[in-house]
Amino acid sequence: MSVFNQPRKRVIQAIILGMVVLIITRLFFLQIVEKKYAKLADANAVLRKVVYPSRGIIYDRKNKAILSNDVLYDLVVTPASVKAIDTAYLCKILNIDKEEFRKRIVNAIVRNGRVRQSVFAALLPAEVFGQLQESMYLFQPGFELVPRQIRSYPFSAAANILGYIGEISPERLKDSAYASYNSGDYLGLAGLERTYEAVLMGTRGIQYLVKDNLNRPQGAYENGEFDSAAIAGKNLRLSLDIELQQFGEKLMKGKMGSIVAIDPQTGGILAMVSAPTFDPNLLTGSYRSTNSVLLNRDTTKPTFNRAIQATYPPGSTFKPMIALVGLDEGVITPSFGYPCGGAYYGCSRPIKCEHHDAGHAANLRLALSHSCNSYFSHVYRLCVDAGKFGGIRSGGLQKWSDYMNSFGFGHRIGVDVPSEARGIVPTPAFYDKMYKGSWNSCTSVFLGIGQGELTLTPLQMANAMCIVANRGSYYIPHFVQSIDGDDAHLLDKYKEKHVVAHISDTAYSAVIHGMTDVVASGTGRVAQIEGISIGGKTGTAENYGIVDGKRTKLKNHAVFVAFAPAESARIAIAVIVENSGFGARYAAPIASLMMEKYLKDSISTKRQALMKTVMETVTLDPAMVAKSKLDSLNASALFKKNGTK
Amino acid sequence: MNRSQAKLTQGIDWPIVGLYLALVIIGIMSIFAAEYRGDDNVWQNIIHLNKNYSRQIMWFGVSLVLASIIWLTDSKFFTATSNLLYAGGLLLLLLVLGIGKDVKGSHSWLVIGGFQFQPAELTKLCTNLALAKYLSSQETDFTKLRSRLIAAAIALIPAAIIILQDETGLALVYFAFFLVMFREGLPGILLVIAFSGIVLVLSALLVDKYVLFSIFSVITALVIYFMRREIKRKRSRLLVILGVYAFCSIFVMFVVPFAFTKVLKDYQVRRIEVMLGKENDPKATYNTRQSMIAIGSGGFWGKGYLKGTQTRFDFVPEQSTDFIFCTIGEDFGFIGSVIFIGLYVALLFRIIFVAERQRSTYSRVYAYGVASIIFFHLAINVSMTIGLAPVIGIPLPLVSYGGSSLMTFTMLIFIMLRLDADRQMVLR
Repeated sequence: MSVFNQPRKRVIQAIILGMVVLIITRLFFLQIVEKKYAKLADANAVLRKVVYPSRGIIYDRKNKAILSNDVLYDLVVTPASVKAIDTAYLCKILNIDKEEFRKRIVNAIVRNGRVRQSVFAALLPAEVFGQLQESMYLFQPGFELVPRQIRSYPFSAAANILGYIGEISPERLKDSAYASYNSGDYLGLAGLERTYEAVLMGTRGIQYLVKDNLNRPQGAYENGEFDSAAIAGKNLRLSLDIELQQFGEKLMKGKMGSIVAIDPQTGGILAMVSAPTFDPNLLTGSYRSTNSVLLNRDTTKPTFNRAIQATYPPGSTFKPMIALVGLDEGVITPSFGYPCGGAYYGCSRPIKCEHHDAGHAANLRLALSHSCNSYFSHVYRLCVDAGKFGGIRSGGLQKWSDYMNSFGFGHRIGVDVPSEARGIVPTPAFYDKMYKGSWNSCTSVFLGIGQGELTLTPLQMANAMCIVANRGSYYIPHFVQSIDGDDAHLLDKYKEKHVVAHISDTAYSAVIHGMTDVVASGTGRVAQIEGISIGGKTGTAENYGIVDGKRTKLKNHAVFVAFAPAESARIAIAVIVENSGFGARYAAPIASLMMEKYLKDSISTKRQALMKTVMETVTLDPAMVAKSKLDSLNASALFKKNGTK
Repeated sequence: MNRSQAKLTQGIDWPIVGLYLALVIIGIMSIFAAEYRGDDNVWQNIIHLNKNYSRQIMWFGVSLVLASIIWLTDSKFFTATSNLLYAGGLLLLLLVLGIGKDVKGSHSWLVIGGFQFQPAELTKLCTNLALAKYLSSQETDFTKLRSRLIAAAIALIPAAIIILQDETGLALVYFAFFLVMFREGLPGILLVIAFSGIVLVLSALLVDKYVLFSIFSVITALVIYFMRREIKRKRSRLLVILGVYAFCSIFVMFVVPFAFTKVLKDYQVRRIEVMLGKENDPKATYNTRQSMIAIGSGGFWGKGYLKGTQTRFDFVPEQSTDFIFCTIGEDFGFIGSVIFIGLYVALLFRIIFVAERQRSTYSRVYAYGVASIIFFHLAINVSMTIGLAPVIGIPLPLVSYGGSSLMTFTMLIFIMLRLDADRQMVLR
C-alpha cells in the first residue's frame, strides 16, 4: 500500500547522510584544523612540577659542614581519605586536643579541598617523628609523612656571615633579575646565602606529571621523556675557622663590637664576629618569620653585622698608616724624630700626648710604641702640606685621601657578604662643604691620630693590618676559598694581589718593629703570647653621639689591631669593643686570645684565667640588655636544636 | 513453528548482527578506557561488578539472553501484543511518575532489586510496536488527517509523560517517529515546515526580535510586490502571505520570549544559550568545553587506546554515559571517529535496506522506527559532544553505559531481525 512512497527512502537516506556530513565536517575542524585543543588538553592534564635541588653545603677551612641541609618531616593529611582512626592516640602523639585536631582538618579542607594534601603538622620534632613513624600504619591512608629540607647550622655560629634563606618577596618577583623564581620559592636573603645564591641554589629540575580533574597527580607524563633532573647546588669551602668563630663569639659575649681576623697571605677571613649575635637556627624552619621580626626589633640589633656595617674612628690604631704615608712620600725617614713634650702645639689648640719624657718620639719605632700623638699630628701635617703638592687644599689632602683609598678605606673593599659600609675618608670637597671653604691642615690635624671625621669598618682595620704584615700588599678579604666544581671564575677577584705603596722594606721594618714593641713593651703588653712575636697597636676611639639633640662625648670604644707572627704573619686581626674604655684593657686580650687559639689551637693554662675573665666581662648597657629578648631567643633555638637532634 | 536445530539461525541478517556486536564491544572498550587507571586489577573489577565496564559486560550478557529469547519467539507474538505492550508501557511511565526515584534531576527511574531502570527507554520499543500496528492495520488510511493525528498521538503521548518526569532529552527522541510517518506518506511540506520552524526558533534566539520583525516586514512587502500579478488573480494568496507574516511576527515577538522565561527550565535556557554562543559562563560551558577539548586534542590519528589524558582523568563529565564519544574522539582521533560514525551509517542504511524488503507494512514501519530512533540518538548525542547541539542527556545507542538503554536497543534490533526472518509472512 505504501510502495508508492519508495522515493522517500532516498530522502531519509539523504537526511542521515546530511547530518553525518555535518558532524564529520565539525570533527574535521575540531580535530585537524584547530590546534588549540591539544594545548588546552595539556593545560588541563599536565602538571609542571618544579623539583627543588638540595642547596649547596658550606664547609669551613677544616672541612666541617657549617651550613647544611636537614630533613624534617611534615605530617600531611588528605581529608577525603581519612578513615576511622584512633584520633585520641594521634592527638596524644602530637600533643594537641581534639578541638585542635578538628580545627586543623577544617583548615586543611578550606585551604586545599578534601582530595588534596595539606600540611597537618609542620616540621615535626625528632621524638614526635619517631613515635609517629612507628604507628603510621594506624593513620594511613589519610595521613602521610612527607620529608622537607631545611637549612641547619650545626655550630649555631656565624649567623651574620652565613645568612639565611626566606621566601621571595612580592617586589622581587616583579624584578626581571628574579624571573626564574616563582611565588613561594626560597632564596638567600643575607650573608653568603645571598651573595652565592646562584651557586648554592643549584639547577631546578622540571617534572611533568599527568593530573586529573581535581589536580591530583596521576603519574609521569610520557614516561618522563620531557623531565629534566634537578642538579644540587655547589658546595662552598670557606677560609672561616668555625671553632675560632665560636671562640670569638664566646669572648664577645656580653659586649658590643666585633672581631675580624684575616689570613694576610690569602685574604681569607678566619673569623668575623659581630656582637651581640644570635643563633642562626632561629631563622630556619617554621618559626623563621616570627623570629626574624623579633631579631630585627631587638634593642641590641643582632642582625646588624658590625664587622662590616658599623664604622668607627680608628683612634691610635691608625698611626701605622700615617707613618706609611709619610715614609712613602719621603717627608720622614724611619729615623725621623719629634721633640714631644707632652702635647702638640703646632696648631692653636694643643693636642695632648700620654707621654712627656724626652726622646719618647726620637724615631718612628719609638713614636709608634709610645703612640705619640704629637709625632703623628706633625707627620700628618708634613704630608698634606708638602710643597710638591702645593699645599693641603691644592692637592695635599687629595693625595692623602688617595693613599687612604688604596689602603682600602673610604670605599667598600668588596668582601663577599652583602651590606658592607664605606666608612669616611675626608676629601677636600668634604671639608669645603663642612667648613664652607675655610680650612687647613690644622683643621684636620686629628686625622693624624685617627680621630676626627675619619671612620673605618672593623674589616678595613683588619685589612690594614694585612697590608702592614704583608709589607705593602693585600688580597680582598673574603670567605669563600673555593667552590666545588666551579668554572665561572667567581672568585678570581679574590686571587688578585693588590699592591698599595712602594715603601722600602726598611721602612716597613721600622713600622713593624714599632708595632712589635707595642706588644713587647708598650701599651699592648697584655696581648703577649708565649713564643710568638706579635705586632699590634692599641687604640681608644673617642666617640661622639647625639644625646638629647646635643653632640655629646660618649664612652670610648676600645680598639686593638694586630698581626702575628710578626715575621711572616698568618693572622691579622682587628677588635672593637664599643663603649668600654681603653683598647689595651678590653680589645687587646680578645685579639690576643683569638690569635693564640688560631696559631696554637688552644689557650695555654696560664691564660685560662684571662680567658675566663674576658668571657665574663659585660660592657653592655644594662638598660639595653633589660629590654632585649635576645638571650631568651637564643636559648629557645638551643632548646629546639637539642630537642630535635 | 518447527525449525530444526540446523536451521536455528536461518534468515538472520548477519551484517546487522555483526554491526551490533561491533558497536557493543567498542562501547565496552570505551567505557573501560574512560575508567581504567594504571594500577587497576581488571579481572577482580569485572568479577565484583564494581566498575561501569564490568556492569556493562554483565548487561551485554543479559542482552544476548534477551536477543536469543526474542529470536526464538514467534513473530506473530509481537503483532498480537503490540497494543498491549504499548498500554503496559504507558502504565509503567505513569507508575514512575508516582513512585519513581530521582536520579540527577530527573524523575524517571524505577528501582527493582538493586538495579535502577528507566522505563522511558523501554517505551520507545512499545511505541514503535504500537505505531507499526496502527499504520499496518487495514482500517488505517494514512492519507486522511484523522489517521495522521492518531499516529502522532501514539508517538507523542509517551513523550508528554516523559517530559513530566523531567527527562526532556529522551522525550525529544519520540519526534523520530515523524521520520517513519514521513516514509509512510506524511506530506513532504511538513518536513519543510519543520525545518523552517527550527530556523525561525534559532533566528528568534539569535537576532533581536525588533530587527527580525523589520526583516519580516521588508520580506513580506517584497513578496507582495513581486507577486502582485498572482495576487490580483487570486485574492486568497494575499491572505496566506499575510497569515504567514503574522504568524512569524507573533512567534518571534511573543512566543519565543514567553517560552524562554516561563516554560523552559533555567538550565535548559542556559544550555541553549551556550550552544548558540550567547553565554560564556564557564560553569555552564564546562561540559561542552571539556568534551570539545578531549575530542579536539585527539588530532588526526588520536592519542592511542588508553592514552587519552582528558577522558581518563575525569575532565569530561558523564564520560561513560552521555559523553562516551569523547573517548573515541580522543583516543582514536579523526580517523577513528569517522570509522566509528561510519559503522552507524552502515547500520542505519542496512536497516533501511531491510525495511524496504519487507512485504508487510508492520515490519517496514517497525524497521524504519528502529532506524529513526538510532539516528536521532546518534545525531543529538554526537552533536552535543562537539558543541553542535545543547547538552541533552541521551545515550549513544549500544555504546553508552547503561543497562536500560543497551537492553532496549538490543530488543529493538532483534525484534526487527525476527520480523525480517519471517518477511515472507504477512503480518498485521
